[in-house]
Amino acid sequence: MKRLFILVPLAAFLILVGFLAAGLRHDPHEVPSPLVGKPAPAFNLPRLDDPQLTLSAAGMRGQVWLFNVWASWCAPCREEHPVLLKLAASRIVPIVGMNYKDQRDKALAWLEQGGGDPYLASVSDVAGRTGIDYGVYGVPETYVVDKAGTIRYKQIGPLTEQILVEKLLPLIMELKAE
Amino acid sequence: MKYCLIIAGLLFSGPAFSTQEAALLVDNPKIEAQVSRLAEELRCLVCQNQTLADSSAPLAEDLRNEIREMAAKNMSDQQIIDHLVARYGDFVRYRPPFKASTAVLWAGPFVLLVLGMLFVSVLVRRRERQVASLPLTPEQSRQLAELLKQEQ
Repeated sequence: MKRLFILVPLAAFLILVGFLAAGLRHDPHEVPSPLVGKPAPAFNLPRLDDPQLTLSAAGMRGQVWLFNVWASWCAPCREEHPVLLKLAASRIVPIVGMNYKDQRDKALAWLEQGGGDPYLASVSDVAGRTGIDYGVYGVPETYVVDKAGTIRYKQIGPLTEQILVEKLLPLIMELKAE
Repeated sequence: MKYCLIIAGLLFSGPAFSTQEAALLVDNPKIEAQVSRLAEELRCLVCQNQTLADSSAPLAEDLRNEIREMAAKNMSDQQIIDHLVARYGDFVRYRPPFKASTAVLWAGPFVLLVLGMLFVSVLVRRRERQVASLPLTPEQSRQLAELLKQEQ
């Protein structure tokens, strides 16, 4: 019995190590979004290429689409841009961009420098209000929206080929078959 | 000299509320009081260990403006918090609500305290018993008898 008591601090220590190890693997910047499973918040915003035209979330009903929040001032967006270009070239899924708190000329120049425009269209959210509705806090963010207009997945931070192959593409295929 | 200027700049720089904030409603003290009260309660998601009131991140500024607009529409504290929780999750609140997923967070320290107290009381009781059951050596018996005699 006495021997068992000696093991108590050791057991407590191991439990603590377990918690700390789990904490190390957990990125505190990836806050689970309450929006997954909820309808994509409505927006009707001017398009980046032609501000006379608008694009709305409702207009995308009936198809699976990606909603990608980007900005010319956002460094990780540069990192994910080639991945988006590849995905766009595959024509698997339309990508709607939202240019977040940016200036139009800078955004257009950025697309040109980055090697092209992967978006079906980008809309401008200059004031960041639609961003708040979507719970945006760290650009880039990507949402997968299903045919019924429900958000099914949210990616915080840049998309990588690995995330695309392992998570996004299987989900998109599944949603397209629905 | 350059450093002095930088230090002076840091010393005298103002609070996080920047000049770009909507000034429209600033002259309404009731709304401003509600905005600052809520900004103290809500987390800035960009710089996670700061409240919205402390942070000068652009998002914190936007959120303060959003709160200000909602406050101007006569929304209650609870309605405004719910509005933001629906978008950013419970994490936006500095004081997480008590529910299944946060039960360990809230109850954990008290459970540990009770366990610790039980552990200590078991140890103390066991030692008491051990000490009580220990027979006296002849020398100790003699000392005890002497002490008792002195008492009388």
